[in-house]
Amino acid sequence: MSVQTRGSSSSYLFAARMDRRRFLRMALGTAGLAAVGATVGFSPAPSRGAAPAAEGGKLEIFSWWTAPGEVEALNALYDLYKQQNPGVEIINAALAGGTGAGGNMKAVLQTRMLAGQPPDSFQVHLGHELIDSHVKAGRMEPIDDIYASLGLNDVFPKGLLDNSSYDGHQWSVPVNIHRSNILWYNTKIFNDNGLTPPATWDDYFAIAEKLKAKGIVMAALGESSPGETGHYFETVLQSVLGADAYKGLWTGATAWTDSRITDALNIMKRILDYANPDYLSVAWGDVAEMVVKGTAATQIDGDWRNGYYKGKQFSDYSWVPVPGTKGIYSALADSFGLPKGAPDRDNAIAWVKLCGTREGQDAFNPLKGSIPARTDAGQSPNYDDYQKQAMQDFKTNTIVPSVVHGFAAKESWVTDYVNAMNAFATNRDVAATQNALVQAAADAGVGS
Amino acid sequence: MRALALSRVAIYLVLIAFALYFLMPIYVLVVTGLKPFSDVSFIDMWHPPRSLYLGSFATAWPLVSANFWNSFRITVPAALISSLIGSMNGYIFAKWRFRYSNLLFMLVLFGIFLPYQGILIPLVQILQKVGLYGSIPGLIFVHCVFGMPITALIFRSYFATVPDEMVDAAKIDGAGFFGIYRWIMLPLSMPAFAVALIWQFTTIWNDFLLGVVVLSNPALAPITVAVNNLAGSFFVQWNVQMAGAVIAAAPTIAVYLLLGRLFMRGLLAGALKG
Amino acid sequence: MPASVPDSTRARAQAGGGAIPAPVAARRAPWSWLRNDNFWAIAVLSPSLVAVAIFIYAFILWTIYISLVGWNDIVPNYEFVGLRNFQRLSQNPRYLIDLANTAKFTVLFMAQCIGFGFLLAVLLDQRIKGESIFRTIYIFPFAISAIVTGVAWRWLMYPNSGINLLFDSVGLGILKNSWFADPNIGIMAVSIPAAWQMTGYTMALYLAGLRGISQELREAAKIDGASGWQFYRYIAVPLVTPVTLTVFVILGVISLRLFDLTAAMTSSGPAFADDTPAFFMFQATFQKNNFSQGASIAVTMLILAAGLIIPYLRSIHLEAQR
Repeated sequence: MSVQTRGSSSSYLFAARMDRRRFLRMALGTAGLAAVGATVGFSPAPSRGAAPAAEGGKLEIFSWWTAPGEVEALNALYDLYKQQNPGVEIINAALAGGTGAGGNMKAVLQTRMLAGQPPDSFQVHLGHELIDSHVKAGRMEPIDDIYASLGLNDVFPKGLLDNSSYDGHQWSVPVNIHRSNILWYNTKIFNDNGLTPPATWDDYFAIAEKLKAKGIVMAALGESSPGETGHYFETVLQSVLGADAYKGLWTGATAWTDSRITDALNIMKRILDYANPDYLSVAWGDVAEMVVKGTAATQIDGDWRNGYYKGKQFSDYSWVPVPGTKGIYSALADSFGLPKGAPDRDNAIAWVKLCGTREGQDAFNPLKGSIPARTDAGQSPNYDDYQKQAMQDFKTNTIVPSVVHGFAAKESWVTDYVNAMNAFATNRDVAATQNALVQAAADAGVGS
Repeated sequence: MRALALSRVAIYLVLIAFALYFLMPIYVLVVTGLKPFSDVSFIDMWHPPRSLYLGSFATAWPLVSANFWNSFRITVPAALISSLIGSMNGYIFAKWRFRYSNLLFMLVLFGIFLPYQGILIPLVQILQKVGLYGSIPGLIFVHCVFGMPITALIFRSYFATVPDEMVDAAKIDGAGFFGIYRWIMLPLSMPAFAVALIWQFTTIWNDFLLGVVVLSNPALAPITVAVNNLAGSFFVQWNVQMAGAVIAAAPTIAVYLLLGRLFMRGLLAGALKG
Repeated sequence: MPASVPDSTRARAQAGGGAIPAPVAARRAPWSWLRNDNFWAIAVLSPSLVAVAIFIYAFILWTIYISLVGWNDIVPNYEFVGLRNFQRLSQNPRYLIDLANTAKFTVLFMAQCIGFGFLLAVLLDQRIKGESIFRTIYIFPFAISAIVTGVAWRWLMYPNSGINLLFDSVGLGILKNSWFADPNIGIMAVSIPAAWQMTGYTMALYLAGLRGISQELREAAKIDGASGWQFYRYIAVPLVTPVTLTVFVILGVISLRLFDLTAAMTSSGPAFADDTPAFFMFQATFQKNNFSQGASIAVTMLILAAGLIIPYLRSIHLEAQR
């Protein structure tokens, strides 16, 4: 293998004395090119929704809200903020991948926090996700004074405040509440078959049998990545244990070895029997269309599904609480806190306050499909029927924390929990899964 | 004779079968990107679009265009610089055997194996200390550092095929370190540059993790981040995401088409031959 | 050659191999060491070496250090625990599955890339019309990012459509399966898109290697009565061994670091059937805040990488000594 040779050796003599200079020239030229490239990189690139930077400083908000529905809601909050705080440049550092096992947004957030480069504020699930990921590490500032100045202790339900405080302080302001224990169903299928929405698991399985004969899947489930089985199961746990015992699971008051957990797993097993057979191949987000298309009759999912149905222009749907959980509001909340060392602390505080105000919550929630965390908000006509009903329930029901969505337990426990349920969805081994759940609790330092 | 013709036919059949296999996923990508959301479904993935619907691309483009140009601003300098540095280092490792040079080369080579996920935290801390965190030059720097081992490998393998006699002849004529590089190595190195540039351009353009960690400001983020953001938390608009993916893939494919011939020459002449 | 060149130098130049001797330093002129070429070689190399020392080796040391302490919660804890993390890892069922997955994936991935890559190279070596078109088609999947590849193949592997549908339409219905969602197949299915991406590149390397076999050698083989098949089997394959070595290294790097592809398709899959050490490390570090566990996984990945690269480095070393 040879390389083409060019030129003769005598030319080297001529060039010999010049070579160092030529090299320097080449090096400078390249450096120049690189510098040009870098300056181009330096040139201010347009950021979405930027006001002139100058006096106001910046506000960098980190969230995973990149999807239709979420973006509009966030922008509504931004618009309100700009009205109240002119001259602040808002940097919308949204990154997809906050929920589920993908977790890009959280990985980047974690890296930044650990390296001492926090954003001004970031979206985080209220409760243990925040507390165990950031508060315990001493990276958040307590915001009791913000709560006091807005009177939030009076307008948030006690159930919410209890589950979210730590060490006697409050750490973030919830901007919304989502509910996870909802059974969405296709009304056309139900009407065509003379069915009424189930109130108990026996009802549920009776309906499932009837539909199976017609070739209609009862439960839409997408478990190609761990997540949805865990979501289904937390609602089953709520129905079998009731509010207090369910809450006890996450504090150690209820043992995971309890026989009721076995019962819950067996119910889950039966649900799997009536789910779409390819559930290991499809993702959570992709099976939602089954209810829309009528290939599945129901899906247990959070109330973000509401926005999805409306986006698909689907109206033949309705909902009930998951069988056995009437009176229980399995809640999760998106919230914003104040990291220590926020680059623009005053702007950040203004943002956190905005999230707790009635105007802020009423601007955000109609577009997001969730309900305000404040019990005195929600009077705006922009809320739809589901949201109005949900706000009523929120005031009257017992609030329990959702686990899959970071309220009830810290993230490592959530990860272990959804992984255990994913294994269950694969091998349906009740005993092994219960052991895994016991182990998960032990690893999290709760219970024995 | 007939046996020969039959075997030629068989060869072409196999080649065409493989070509279809390689094009199959691209077909699904492009076709889904040309459908409106209402037509998108797993079941219909093979069906061609009912009409040439460009709405998905029209939706995707504004969402990724700023990042598209960011990717150029990141990838072009980074690929060029890392290739240049690699060419110098490859030259040194190939032709200058000072003490420990082989050991150093092995140490550099081992750097290719570093799993990025494991070193994100110290990376951010150091970048922050030198003031490069969150800026495009910082990301370019990171890509150059992590890309250097493989470009050095490419050039070293390539330059190793330059006969030492040539270099000696130049030395005798009085050329020194830089002279040999400028007058012998560099003119011959274009095919190796093609190999290195293609590899680096592709790797850097398609990088997600480093881009998303070093650049937190979405206005500066590369296109891989923007395409990832097209996905929603609870459902995905597949038509838009596929359209975005096609847009993201176009430049790397274009680079490959442009430099392809040179790339093959580079491989032929021994870059990466080992 | 100037008369002032010492005999030893002259002899070495005539022998034509090995290192370029440094010019005889003129002790009279100051700054003469600036004209010493070895100095420049080291000087130009140094910045890269420093960067590698910091960004790769210092980071590796940091990772090793973290793997030896007990930092498994959000609050940093630097208490030295020795090899406890590694011991726990060796008993961790998920990690053992991951190692098995890596082994299965690597074997299938390399088999497809090398097998198909070499086959296609041989076929294209036959003076095919339209060779450059075929080459372009085979190589360009390499230009597509792993994430996009993962998404496209996730679609293709959807059991009720995708490839299964194609199987049905050509009567190969018996081959239908759940691909990556089947706990028994899992990551072996993931090797298909990975190989889809890299086969073309492997083919290009082999093609270059084959093209480098001189015409005389081919003719000599023909004269000796070797059939095409025999030529490739007994002459070409041994001659492209350096390519195979390089391919092993490049593909090995990809196998060991596999992350984007599985994350885009299925994250860890059913009961970790698609889990990889890199994904486990990512989850351990960023979702479970088990920093030391993540670091220990990283260290084991590096050890595996070292195992892969050593044969390659030895071959370079041997070649360099020739």
